[in-house]
Amino acid sequence: MQRRLKIGVLYSRVRVEEKWIFGAMEKRGIDYDRLDDRAISFDLEKPEAWQQYDAVLERSISYNSGLYALRLLNAFGVPTVNKASVAEICGDKLMTSAVLARDGVPQPHNVTAFSPEAALEAIEAFGYPVVLKPVVGSWGRLLAKINDRDAAEAVLEHKSTLGSVQHSVFYIQEFIEKPGRDLRIIMIGDKVLTGMYRSSEHWITNTARGGSGELCPITPEIEDICLRASKAVGGGLLGVDLVEHPEKGLVVNEINHTMEFHTMQPVSGIDIAGEIVEYVVRSAMQKSE
Amino acid sequence: MSTVNCPECEAEITFAEGTEAGEIIVCPDCGVDLEVTSIDPAAVQLAPMEQEDWGE
Repeated sequence: MQRRLKIGVLYSRVRVEEKWIFGAMEKRGIDYDRLDDRAISFDLEKPEAWQQYDAVLERSISYNSGLYALRLLNAFGVPTVNKASVAEICGDKLMTSAVLARDGVPQPHNVTAFSPEAALEAIEAFGYPVVLKPVVGSWGRLLAKINDRDAAEAVLEHKSTLGSVQHSVFYIQEFIEKPGRDLRIIMIGDKVLTGMYRSSEHWITNTARGGSGELCPITPEIEDICLRASKAVGGGLLGVDLVEHPEKGLVVNEINHTMEFHTMQPVSGIDIAGEIVEYVVRSAMQKSE
Repeated sequence: MSTVNCPECEAEITFAEGTEAGEIIVCPDCGVDLEVTSIDPAAVQLAPMEQEDWGE
C-alpha cells in the first residue's frame, strides 16, 4: 500500500489565496502542515524534520525568506514548488531579463548600470520617458517613470543615497505606450491555464495599485510566448506579465513565482487553487517514485 | 462567536465565520490592518508593515 503523501505549505499570512489552497488540500484529503515562515527554523544538522515532506509549496510573502527556505529545502533533497532556481530568477528582474535575452524571448529593451553616472548616460541614450525599477520588488512598488534629465538626476541620487545597496543596481527599461492595460497569464507547469487584462489609467497596472481585471482569451501567440518564458526560467507555477508593445508586439515584462490570484480566480471561474494543489501533489509523487 | 478589541482604537471586533489564524483583517472603526494570531481565545496584533521584498 502506498504511503500517504505529506505536503508542507510555507506561508507568511493567510491571504484569500492561502485559504483557497488550504481548502483545496482538505477537500482532497491531503495530509499537510501549515508552516508559518516566522515560526520555523532550519537546523542544518537535522534535515530529517524537513525531509518528512514529499513536497513543500512556498507561499511566503517575503522574497528573501521564501528563497532561502527553498534553497535549504532543495539542499535537503525536498522537492519544492517552485524550485529555488526558479525563484532566484523570477524574484530578480535583472536575472529574469538575462535568461529571457539568453533564450531570445521578447522583452522590453533594458540596460543596467551600477553607478548614477553610468545610469544617467544609459538613460540619456534611451531618451525620455524611461522607467527605473528596483531589481527586487513587487506590487508596482518603487517604480519611477522618468520624464526628463532633472528627474533622472534626482531619482538616481535618491536611490544611491537613500536606498540599500541593491538600489544602486540601476535597472533601466524603455517606457512602453501600453493600450491602457497589461496581461497576467497563469501557468501551471506546461499548461497556460488562464489570463486576464489588467487595466488602469495609470501607467502602473498592477491590481495591487488599483488596476482592474477582465478575462483575456489565450491566443496561440500568448501561449507561445508564455511557454518560452516559462522554459527560460525553469518552469513551475508562474504568473507571467505581458505587455503589448506598439512595435514589438507581445513582450514579457516580468515573471512571478509566488503568484497571487484573488482577482483571477473569480474573474476566470477556474479553480486555480485546485490546479496548484494538484501540481504540488504531482511534484510530490515524482519524489516518492 | 469570537470578539476582540482593536489594539489601536479599542473598537470591539467580531471575527467573521471562517476567519483563520494568520489572516489579516481590517478594524471597522479605525481601518488599521490587524493580524489574527488566535481564534480561540480570540487575539489580534497590529499587522506587520509591508517590507521591501514582499510580493509575488
